[in-house]
Amino acid sequence: MKAFPEKPTVAVHKFSSCDGCQLAFLNMGADLVTLTQRVEILHFLEAGLDNPNTPVDIAFVEGSLSTADEIERARRVRSASRYVVSIGACATAGGLQALRNLDNSHDQWRDAIYANPQFIETLQHARPIASEIRVDYELWGCPINSRQLLAAINALLFGVPPIDDHDKVCLECKRQQQVCVMVTQDKPCLGPVTRTGCGALCPTFGRDCYGCYGPADNPNTASLSRRFQGLGLLPDAIARRFLMINSGAPAFHDAGLIARSGGNQDD
Amino acid sequence: MEIPGYLPREQLQALLERLQQQGYRCVGPRVREGAMVYDDINHADQLAVGYTQTQEPGHYRLKAGSTVRQFAWANGPQALKPLTFAPREELWCAQEQPDGSLKFHPAATDYEPVAVIGVRACDLAALRLQEQHFLDSCADPQFAVRRRSLFLIAVNCTHPAQTCFCASTGDGPEVDQDCDLSLYETDEGFFVSAVSPAGQQLALTLPLEHGDAELFKQACAEVTRAGEAQVRRVPAKNLRDSLFAQLDHPRWKEVAERCLSCGNCTQVCPTCFCHSETSVPSVDGHQTTHQRQWDSCFSPGHSYIHGITLRKETEQRYRQWLTHKFGSWHDQYGRSGCVGCGRCISWCPVGIDPTEELDVICTDVTGRPE
Ligand code: SF4
Ligand code: SF4
Ligand code: SF4
Ligand code: SF4
Repeated sequence: MKAFPEKPTVAVHKFSSCDGCQLAFLNMGADLVTLTQRVEILHFLEAGLDNPNTPVDIAFVEGSLSTADEIERARRVRSASRYVVSIGACATAGGLQALRNLDNSHDQWRDAIYANPQFIETLQHARPIASEIRVDYELWGCPINSRQLLAAINALLFGVPPIDDHDKVCLECKRQQQVCVMVTQDKPCLGPVTRTGCGALCPTFGRDCYGCYGPADNPNTASLSRRFQGLGLLPDAIARRFLMINSGAPAFHDAGLIARSGGNQDD
Repeated sequence: MEIPGYLPREQLQALLERLQQQGYRCVGPRVREGAMVYDDINHADQLAVGYTQTQEPGHYRLKAGSTVRQFAWANGPQALKPLTFAPREELWCAQEQPDGSLKFHPAATDYEPVAVIGVRACDLAALRLQEQHFLDSCADPQFAVRRRSLFLIAVNCTHPAQTCFCASTGDGPEVDQDCDLSLYETDEGFFVSAVSPAGQQLALTLPLEHGDAELFKQACAEVTRAGEAQVRRVPAKNLRDSLFAQLDHPRWKEVAERCLSCGNCTQVCPTCFCHSETSVPSVDGHQTTHQRQWDSCFSPGHSYIHGITLRKETEQRYRQWLTHKFGSWHDQYGRSGCVGCGRCISWCPVGIDPTEELDVICTDVTGRPE
């Protein structure tokens, strides 16, 4: 990696999203002030900085591509930025919006939901940023947290690629000494196929992981689906486990469709 | 036979008080989220009472109110491991100096003394294996000081789980050594044997009664029966050669179809010692903390070198776990790395049972164990 100038510049862009991932910056509080001694933030609407087309060293991109206009904007971000880092489930896998990709009834939903659908100009499918432009690094999560963000920024500033931690949630769950909710309570936990990063947040509160950090390395969704079946979940309920926040991530997408078709993956 | 002194159940608090007076933080079995876990105990009243348990592959349930005893369960997800080999901890930190040089500081190693009540024979055996790893060739300062700070009160096992097989590995259910006090539980109290000099000193201060010989015989017999009642087993012999002769056995592929590669088995295993290390720089970029955390041969980083992960497939990862634990552990530490606690069976989300896998893999086509 090439060294950065004295004070690298940063932009935070928003596409179709809830703005929650950008809060990973704002939630840093006093640390954000310290960070701005090392980087210069030039564009970040949520913090009142409005320079979307200014060239920067690092662009963080939140949100999926949901409109034709966003595709144009993503291209502009790419050409104005040295590194593009997608943040969150929307930018990285299409997010909740990608649920609309599943049944190809975009127009029917639009017409049913909006009083004046003629003003709605959305694409049939919501897509991750990397489906349109080259993305250098991805931060998974819904939402991402400040710890992840800081680790990525620090790595880039030190001239090394950010660590891609794609271990399973289970590993962290055990490090946190949480009691497994699947083994003790038969809850359909997605921890064994989900990427770590949240600190095993849900099991810490006694509930089952719902996969908001997306697929982990080497996810055996077939075996986990069979296990869910054994716990008494019907095919549709298994499908819904996978087809939620990261329905656009191929491993979850495929597992969900297989479950929805009523089969398990061996059939 | 010498009959150990007897501590009526209502006097357990005296034991805790003596330990507290000596500056120990007391840790004992408590129920959290449906499992028996080790947690802080300030008063004997806080110890779980009346619980039994059911453990099966991928299944763990506690049942309340079925006994008057406090230790009528086999084990929970933790052993002593988290108390000596922390799940995540700081090893050292580096600070940038005004002249641009770096200054390194080792992490502090001053730990408070901890007394653990309710330690099992399998967990003591596992602690010995961890000592071999963390102390013998090159002492790990963190582990060393924590180990020295431990006072261990073992309780002989009377209620093995369906998943237990410590009798076949030779590590339980009787407690014989490597603790400070060894207790036999009866319905009304405990026989207390001092094992270490520190244990002897403490026992002298306890309100022990004269132990009844017949009652003690019964208590011992309960523990013997606990061993006999175990339904799982592993062959007592060294499986190294049988395992390494079977690296292409079709069973590896079959188990990989079920295995989630989630690492839970290695995390709950009281002898697994693998860890990864990572640097956590501060926000201002002038300081970095070097941390280590539990890792597992089921994670991609475990076999990552120079841009490739050598064991990409679950089949290879499962094989690594089993061939290390029951095979190459013999080369490394002179015995198998398994103490028969059964945790890897109960806490595997899909209930994979290594004793069953070993049976298939180490048995030749004629059905004879190799
Ligand atoms: S609770 Fe979920 S994340 Fe934690 S060990 Fe169990 S399956 Fe894994
Ligand atoms: S391999 Fe399984 S049974 Fe053996 S010590 Fe480890 S967790 Fe316990
Ligand atoms: S290689 Fe696997 S089985 Fe061996 S100690 Fe490490 S985690 Fe445990
Ligand atoms: S054997 Fe079970 S606990 Fe171990 S990695 Fe496989 S699924 Fe997870």
